Amino acid sequence: MTSPADFLPGIFSLPVYLMNQITLPEPMSETPLLEMRGISKSFPGVKALNDVNIALFPGRVTALIGENGAGKSTLVKILTGIYESDEGEVQVDGKPVVFANAQDAIDFGVTAIHQETVLFDELSVAENIFLGHAPKTRLGMVDWKAVNARALALLHSLESNIDPRVRLKDLSIAQRHLVAIARALSVDARIVIMDEPTAALSRKEVDDLFQIVKRLKAQGKAILFISHKFDEVYEIADHYAVFRDGKAVGSGALAGVGQDEIVKLMVGRSIEHAFPKVDIPLGETVLSVENYTHPTEFRDISFALRKGEIFGIYGLVGAGRSEICQSLFGVTKPSGGTLQLDGNEIVIGSPSDAIKAGIVYVPEERGRHGAVLQLPIYQNISLPSLTRTSRSGFLRAAEEFALARKYAERFDLRAAALSVPVGTLSGGNQQKVVIGKWLATQPKILILDEPTKGIDIGSKAAVHAFISELAGEGLSIIMVSSELPEVLGMSDRVLVMREGLSAGIFERSHLNAEILVRAATGNA
Amino acid sequence: MIRQLFKFREMLLVIIIAILLAVFSTRSPGFATPGNLANIFNDTSILIILALGQMTVILTKSIDLSVAANVAFTGMAVGMLNAAHPELPLVLILIVALCIGAVLGAINGIFVWKLNIPSIVVTLGTLTIYRGMAFVLSGGAWVNAHQMTAPFLQTPRQLFLGLPILGWTAIVIVAVMYLVMSRTFLGRAIYASGGNPTAAVYAGIDVGRTRFFAFVISGTLAGLCGYLWVSRYAVAYVDIAAGFELDTVAACVIGGISTLGGIGSVAGAVLGALFLGVTKNALPVINISPFAQMAISGSVIIAAVIFNARQERRRGRIILRDRGASEQIEVAA
Repeated sequence: MTSPADFLPGIFSLPVYLMNQITLPEPMSETPLLEMRGISKSFPGVKALNDVNIALFPGRVTALIGENGAGKSTLVKILTGIYESDEGEVQVDGKPVVFANAQDAIDFGVTAIHQETVLFDELSVAENIFLGHAPKTRLGMVDWKAVNARALALLHSLESNIDPRVRLKDLSIAQRHLVAIARALSVDARIVIMDEPTAALSRKEVDDLFQIVKRLKAQGKAILFISHKFDEVYEIADHYAVFRDGKAVGSGALAGVGQDEIVKLMVGRSIEHAFPKVDIPLGETVLSVENYTHPTEFRDISFALRKGEIFGIYGLVGAGRSEICQSLFGVTKPSGGTLQLDGNEIVIGSPSDAIKAGIVYVPEERGRHGAVLQLPIYQNISLPSLTRTSRSGFLRAAEEFALARKYAERFDLRAAALSVPVGTLSGGNQQKVVIGKWLATQPKILILDEPTKGIDIGSKAAVHAFISELAGEGLSIIMVSSELPEVLGMSDRVLVMREGLSAGIFERSHLNAEILVRAATGNA
Repeated sequence: MIRQLFKFREMLLVIIIAILLAVFSTRSPGFATPGNLANIFNDTSILIILALGQMTVILTKSIDLSVAANVAFTGMAVGMLNAAHPELPLVLILIVALCIGAVLGAINGIFVWKLNIPSIVVTLGTLTIYRGMAFVLSGGAWVNAHQMTAPFLQTPRQLFLGLPILGWTAIVIVAVMYLVMSRTFLGRAIYASGGNPTAAVYAGIDVGRTRFFAFVISGTLAGLCGYLWVSRYAVAYVDIAAGFELDTVAACVIGGISTLGGIGSVAGAVLGALFLGVTKNALPVINISPFAQMAISGSVIIAAVIFNARQERRRGRIILRDRGASEQIEVAA
């Protein structure tokens, strides 16, 4: 077998000193408040965490860094008692503990502030803070005086003057975040996990948040800070831990470690399978997008898609990638910009316009957005093509069956009959139905949103081979992906998005992982 | 698998109805004679037609609580029209009934489609509005049999091959609805919109517009039933068909139409309505009081809901098991 490095020079040449650093134990001068040792967690077909060690120290902020899908969220869920690890142990104050459920984790002083705060709009600030553990009177009733007084004290300690009696829905996003922090601290927390806490905050609000983090540090709490943003990590963190593909690939004190090294740790992966990208001579421009803009999700996106091209769109989750595709497909309406299909300006107001124009979108959540599980296979496959298979409003079952049979054969769909409901098929066969139904519309442009998400590694290669085959047939493909090897291996060109803006379009010959990650994270 | 359960479900209803008929005929000879069965069917015709309208709406994940009020208003309108202008031909009166019903249905549909208000709220509101409109229109007065013309009253009662025209009307509507649901783009869109609205949008179906048309179908059928009801009972007043919307929902639920949308068939709705019709006609024959009848109907509805829920849960389990297995085995393209 050829080495993957032959395909993709650049990302495999991990410097030797970094390799050493991965295996070297970290010198420790203090005792950790919480330590996780040898933690592994598997889901069907995926090993989310593989023998992970991480230590959190009192009065220190540890930044947890990694790509989407590196295992950060799984770790947070194990730490907060939502998942149980398959192997390994968690120690608090040097003693092994078991977090069987969320309450156990809280009892040991672990608390988390999530990316999207889970709060109740219609309840007051104080109720939100103490929901589930409100102080009680001797009669067992909620002691509202104590609830409000303690909420006020907590908010004061965060230097906020929010009135604990106002309803949550009257607060700004930043204020809600403060309430979430107050809620996390109301349980006498010693270990605070912050899962991308700055995602929805402005720079000023981030500064305020960091003041709070510094105060928590001064109180001796151990903080796990998860962020994609390097400037923030360097501003606030003392230690770092880098995850990649479910493994902890590097950790230690942040001081003296350059951004380059961290980026290399993040992306320097071995490739498990070769990408069957076939070089296809690109044809004329099929679709050109000019200054495409959405009121809230993205702005001034321009690119041109050529016949036979695989055009990758890379970026962090929430960068606006799927939103562009949904807008090209007519699910959401752009507020500005133009589209040209084969040189003619078009307006796409609805998915049916897009389908007529030959643009189809295979959504990321193929289960939720893809198939109507109650309907039979043949009706699912024909659903977007009904205008073609029906005559003056009347369906023609024979044509529907013929269409379905053609694509079922092409994808080797395994089902008892084409008239059985899609809900009775296995997940893999359901995916075949979903992809078949889009190809049955005979599109010119195929938009694939995370085409291999949730698919095991063996199947990924088959999907990639198939994408190449489609491009070879002259289809133009837009492929949204969070997986660097996929983007690097499959794309002719890559548009990198960051916070709704284009961070550049990169040619295949100039592609490497570091360039993409830098562009996506805004780390020049 | 689900399709098999469906057939199983419909067969089960057929068998239950047959057993009921057999049991009742042992208690009361003559119950199961063709003439009496034709009577029962004729008596259930209006419920069958309304249940089909209700089914169309429920399939799109909505509900139409205003059907009975629509019947009352349309019935009152055509009754008064007939009384005031006896010279108008019946065909014209029928067209008026269908149009009024369609407009009332379209009003529901517009609110659900354009303003995105939940259908249960919209039709709960129009339920009272339409009945109130019937009162305003009539001033609370009745239209009695002697004010109505002979064709208006007698046409649905004409026998054709042993079955009154009323019964034939139901048969024609069943056939038309079967064609619409299984052979037209709209029918397929109705199933898809209720089965998975998001996937339907991605497949180029306008879910809101589909719901609108479902309400128009339901309203049109209710308008037709407005005339049929007034003609059958030879009287029009504000409170006709009061509470009948619940019977239409019950017929759908018993017939296996999922209240979550997307699952159900014309045959199911018809059988559900027939089941209610048979019990309603048979229980008095074997001397069961009307109050016990209501309790029995209620129990059957709850039993049907439990049956449906179990069926849905079983389906969920199958998917989960397959999904777990597929992630290890299947190649996804």
